[in-house]
Amino acid sequence: MIIVNPTGCLEVTTTIYPYTSWGVPYIHVAFENAGAVASGIEAAIKALNKNGLLKRNTRVIAIAGDGGTYDIGLQALSGMLERGHGVLYVLYDNEAYMNTGIQRSGGTPKFAKTTTMPAGTVIRGKIQKKKDIMSIVMAHHIPYAATANVAYPPIDLVNKVRKALSYLEEGPAFIHVLAPCPPGWGGFPDEKMIEIARLATETGYFPLYEWDRDRLIINPPSDMYMDKRLRKPLREFVKAQSRWSHVTDEEIKELEKDIEDFLNYLWRLSIGSGVPTPYA
Amino acid sequence: MSLITIEPRIKRGGIIRDRVAITSNYAAAYAAKDVEVDVVAAYPITPQTPAVEKVAEFIANGELSAEYIPVESEHSALSALIGASAAGARTFTATSSQGLFYMFELLYIASGLRLPIVMALATRAASAPICIHGDYQDLAAVRDSGGWIVMIASSAQEVYDSIIMAYRIAEDSRVLLPVMVSYDGFLMSHTTEPVELYDLDAIRRFAPKKIDRPILDSRRPITMGVMAVPDWYYEIKYQVIDAMHNSMGVIKEVHDEFNKTFGRNYRLIEEYRIDDADYVVITYGGIWGNTKRAVDIARKNGIKAGALKLRLFRPFPTDDLVRIVEGVRAIAVIDRAVSQEHQ
Repeated sequence: MIIVNPTGCLEVTTTIYPYTSWGVPYIHVAFENAGAVASGIEAAIKALNKNGLLKRNTRVIAIAGDGGTYDIGLQALSGMLERGHGVLYVLYDNEAYMNTGIQRSGGTPKFAKTTTMPAGTVIRGKIQKKKDIMSIVMAHHIPYAATANVAYPPIDLVNKVRKALSYLEEGPAFIHVLAPCPPGWGGFPDEKMIEIARLATETGYFPLYEWDRDRLIINPPSDMYMDKRLRKPLREFVKAQSRWSHVTDEEIKELEKDIEDFLNYLWRLSIGSGVPTPYA
Repeated sequence: MSLITIEPRIKRGGIIRDRVAITSNYAAAYAAKDVEVDVVAAYPITPQTPAVEKVAEFIANGELSAEYIPVESEHSALSALIGASAAGARTFTATSSQGLFYMFELLYIASGLRLPIVMALATRAASAPICIHGDYQDLAAVRDSGGWIVMIASSAQEVYDSIIMAYRIAEDSRVLLPVMVSYDGFLMSHTTEPVELYDLDAIRRFAPKKIDRPILDSRRPITMGVMAVPDWYYEIKYQVIDAMHNSMGVIKEVHDEFNKTFGRNYRLIEEYRIDDADYVVITYGGIWGNTKRAVDIARKNGIKAGALKLRLFRPFPTDDLVRIVEGVRAIAVIDRAVSQEHQ
């Protein structure tokens, strides 16, 4: 296994010379190029095996944040996916540029305040919706893409990583992991991080699903949350965090409407891709 | 473009396998093929494009066993090569002007990570206004960009030879720095000249493929591209400066061995009618032939003229240059890279 990690929190906290937290080969190059660096490593492994210089069956995993994926790294990611490099790309999404101190990214949700889109009297935090990165990735028709949440690690997240790795012979795999940033989201102590992350899925805000060879499967427990009555109120998730401390009940309703629309979109994709569902 | 094979006029102990009529772009491609690169990543930009098209053709026809990554930008071209080189591959790319500018931050990273990447640069004017034609503003922009060895060729043969030498220099354990080999956009990149191609075994012996540097290997894990606080940053960057300094000797050594093996006469600075010269023209690149002709004309008119060609641009051969021009009455410099604030 070789890890590619673009600039971000993970990189700066694990590689401060002369120490390293990595027991596997690791490379950081720049911010916007994890997809390209991983492509090069994958190609090198193929070429060296073919030319007999170094025989290795090494898998390449890129681990990138939301800034390095939704925004500055999107082009390199798209190139890697389109060219079909057998790389697992893991997006750990904490919904803002947290390493540089909570700036708005394409992954920041609506109304959340950041240092570059603060909640003022005129502008109410981020005006735009969170970018639907999964749809962008799925549009490349790679073999496997999935969402996951740090609150559901033992079965869902671990299985998705296993499955993704097993697809790399066919092409790229992508896992979008929601990972709360306690200082960036604010309003809750560190030890509540997993609880907050779980609420994201329980309220329908961050549904778990897989794109498995062009079939969209909504995973448990999110399949259950397709039924609005079974979801927790979004308010519980939003009001637990200071990034949304300024939002009004009306604005929460607007967020709820966006979630409803997005889940309906997923539902239609799932049915349309021929996945039978017990919750229809 | 089809190849015209010319009968070799000179046989040098079977070291020359063929004599062909090719452009400098194709000469770069032939060199990359002949040193058997493992990974190529490139993005089209005029006037470089035919170089990587030719490499792609070699790979498509099975003449070169390499992975070609048709990247979506020059930024990704150099990023991919950084990844590939870090994983142990011998790598090649080519670009021009805007493409080189788009790679800019990675130039520093490639040298900081001590990766022996080789890049061909078909020099081109800098936008705006957009102009695809040849000057050296792109090369001038990388004058100080962190640890690339830069050579400037004056003929297609020199492009071919320099790229072969570039791998030997870049991969030398005393150097481990990326190397750029440049040549005039269009004037050279698209001009057909006779080029002697060498025996492949001789090239293999001259620039053997080996992995004797730290790489990303699952059996011996290392961390590359670390975060360094200023004291460590200084130490690590100083090693790059040191390597650049040491490279001068290695470049000379490699030149000597190349000249001996392949029957050439390359030096860091090429001299023409310099011995008794009062006036010296200093230049580089594709106008070297014209410069020598101008010297001849001046000599005919009773002016004791001579000329120098910079073959090595980084590290700059200051000592050699000062020694050669010592005592001349005047120096004229033809620099084909306009500097906007100094006109």
